[in-house]
Amino acid sequence: MMHIQARTEPSSLMKVVSPLLAIALTLFFGSILFSVLGKDPLQALHVLLIAPLADSYNIGEMLVKMGPLLLCGVGLSLCYKANMWNIGAEGQLLAGALGGSAMALYFLNSESAFALPITLLAGIASGMIWAAIPTYLKLKFNSNLILTTIMFNYIALYLLIWAVHGPLRDPEGFGFPESALFSDTTLLPTLFEGSRIHLGILFALISGFIAWFILSKTHLGFQIRVFGADEPAAKYAGFNSKKLSWFVMLFAGALAGLAGVSETTGPIGQLVPNVSPGYGYSAIIVAYLGRLHPLGAIIASVFLAVLYMGGDLAQIEMGIPIAVVGMFQGVLLFFLLACDFFIRNSLTFTNKATN
Amino acid sequence: MPDSLEKHISIARLELANITKQYPGCLANDKVSLTLLPGEIHALLGENGAGKSTLVKTIYGVVAPDKGDILWNGKEVSIKSPSIARDLGIGMVFQHFSLFETLTVSQNIELCLSKLQLKNIGDLAQRISKLSADYGLDVDPHRYVHSLSIGERQRVEIMRCLVQSVKLLILDEPTSVLTPQEVSGLFGVLRTLSEQGCSILFISHKLHEVTEICHKATILRGGKVVDTCVPSEETPATIAKMMVGDLAEQDAGYSKQEGGHIVFNIHDLSLTTKQPFGTALKNINLSLKAGEILGIAGVAGNGQDELMAIISGEEERHVKASLELNGTPIGHLNAGERRKLGMAYVPEERLGRGAVPDMSLTENTLLTHSEGFVKNGLVQWNVLKDYANTLIDKYKVKCHGEFSEAKSLSGGNLQKFIMGREIGQNPKLLICAHPTWGVDVGAALAIHQALLELRNQGAAILLVSEDIDELFLLADRMAAVCDGYLSPLVKTEQTNIDQIGQWMAGTFINNTAPINSDTVEQGTKA
Repeated sequence: MMHIQARTEPSSLMKVVSPLLAIALTLFFGSILFSVLGKDPLQALHVLLIAPLADSYNIGEMLVKMGPLLLCGVGLSLCYKANMWNIGAEGQLLAGALGGSAMALYFLNSESAFALPITLLAGIASGMIWAAIPTYLKLKFNSNLILTTIMFNYIALYLLIWAVHGPLRDPEGFGFPESALFSDTTLLPTLFEGSRIHLGILFALISGFIAWFILSKTHLGFQIRVFGADEPAAKYAGFNSKKLSWFVMLFAGALAGLAGVSETTGPIGQLVPNVSPGYGYSAIIVAYLGRLHPLGAIIASVFLAVLYMGGDLAQIEMGIPIAVVGMFQGVLLFFLLACDFFIRNSLTFTNKATN
Repeated sequence: MPDSLEKHISIARLELANITKQYPGCLANDKVSLTLLPGEIHALLGENGAGKSTLVKTIYGVVAPDKGDILWNGKEVSIKSPSIARDLGIGMVFQHFSLFETLTVSQNIELCLSKLQLKNIGDLAQRISKLSADYGLDVDPHRYVHSLSIGERQRVEIMRCLVQSVKLLILDEPTSVLTPQEVSGLFGVLRTLSEQGCSILFISHKLHEVTEICHKATILRGGKVVDTCVPSEETPATIAKMMVGDLAEQDAGYSKQEGGHIVFNIHDLSLTTKQPFGTALKNINLSLKAGEILGIAGVAGNGQDELMAIISGEEERHVKASLELNGTPIGHLNAGERRKLGMAYVPEERLGRGAVPDMSLTENTLLTHSEGFVKNGLVQWNVLKDYANTLIDKYKVKCHGEFSEAKSLSGGNLQKFIMGREIGQNPKLLICAHPTWGVDVGAALAIHQALLELRNQGAAILLVSEDIDELFLLADRMAAVCDGYLSPLVKTEQTNIDQIGQWMAGTFINNTAPINSDTVEQGTKA
């Protein structure tokens, strides 16, 4: 007979080691997979994980991908800390991209110095609105946040697709579903000559530190942590759960919105239908891999960004399908949750009761 | 009682030799030896953190000892899991019952039996009825658990062990949830079990019970056996001395006090229940004066939880004008806003509600006490740490330091900490649930003293407890709850344990409210 028993004292070392263990298991699983596909596993892992960090161009591209992952991941970490299961970073990101792009197109012929800040604020506000609706529904009608945020991801996606096919389409674009190229005044400045690394990565790092500061130094952050760790205690202490829910959701929405508008005004430079290769979903893994710690999310977002880059390279150099990246992410999350489960619980085997 | 033992003496039922268990930073059991004869009722005594739970868990196979031998009927055994313990014939009744309320007694018992056991038993309900008659347990196999009183549920737990032909029954503070009448019923059952040859290991903090029923007692302090005695030859005071080392002041009664102006008022409070097995509050009126302790007695589940939740503000339904603190209506305020008006609250559950298990004592101080520790939204962690250390010193909380996680403290020490934290806010009104439940003699004394000191400073204290002795000791006025009704309030000197006991059973309801035959019947049974 197999029993699952809760461990009385989960090892604190294992809590830190668990992400590394999960990564190791994922790599092991990946090797098997590549062998079955007829590819050299060592070469595949090299292309997937080492090559993205091998030269400055690749590192630059990796940082470009890391920006939105980290922005969304930081926001989600805060939400999950407070037990708000926001799966809607993708939709909030797309809303930010859409709102920000509309503003950027409004400033198409403007030379104003405020054009870029206002564009960014428009993106942030759009992300916040997109997070606010499910939050309101949850607090008012007790709707399931997971379901509503997922639904809002699809609504955002199709709204964006409608916009690039309709009102925001470039009239001189030969009917392609794309907006006009934004003017230079609304483009994020790049950090280094000749690379695509833009301000977005700085925003992301700063947001990570802000979130860390909030959680560890402020009373509000303390309340969020109590709320997530022990809801009856938060209720007993009389913390305002609605205020906390609003805060984490709007914070996450703002960061995801910023990620979206930073993509369109950064590396892309216009609004296109495929703004995000699922950054908002991968950010869920970033949040968990980073142990819901904003600074942990920085490390985790590097790993996920490398995986994105490596996926591109593996497709180009070895003909490995891009779907492998998604599968890798899924397997990683699976092992991560499994490792966490076994930190808290143990499997015991007993002989069938003898009499 | 002790002479009835002589008949059974042959080989010891259970013998522990030099059991040692080391936890990180704490030697929980240090060469503990103990012998238990067939039919013996043996008390395991000690303050919180003395190592009683660890020892009992070792016997029941939950904890593996580092060193030492366990002999069962003279043969060395290794008890690796509770199922092995059960196979040997060791049963345990925990403090908190694990019964499914929506199932019947017999279904609940069936759940913990293997297929083979069930086959051997045949008709389970019949077996339960027979055992019930043999031991005077009075358990009806077909009743649903939610309709049972706490005492009856405990008997179901005992029945669960009996069905598995138990040879050793371990009871962890079995009387802490019972009315005086139920306690004597339980003792009757235990005596019958003992006469039939079943050994009983009995953990309790109530010393007069130990002297009443136990043949032998082992006293633990700091993980070591410091003494053994025959309780019938001792008095509660001499046993208490063995437990705490030096004779703590076991005061028989503190001075009573007349309250001043009215601080807190409840009028005409009625509230339906939200949970299927909750208790609706019915037409409750109460006023609490400055400088008095008002004690509310009652068997668990008669509306105490609901009453505490509505007073503390955790129950979020607004009760318009029913609650007043110093003349201000507070029925619409949440728990945090009520705290700002000078209310503090010590809840029944310490871990998981009164304190966050995974957070340090410093962080747990901030949980309810933020005044003076938060500047411009930023937590002054250094100031807070110093204050947490002050609390730890003042209330003699045994822990490694302010960085210790709440879950690493024993129940009594955590309670002292929570009590200190709430009192430290100089509340005008303190509501306090079961302040010394599961707390050892030394800690209980410290908690009592802290409560009285707060009262003498002019605070109003509402004390809800199932421990009648404690209420008589501390309360200036008393009342009882039954089925959501509150009895009249009387001065403690003008009442006695019989009257309160009857009120706990609901005899006052006829006079103050329409008769509910169902309630009265259930109440008098309890």
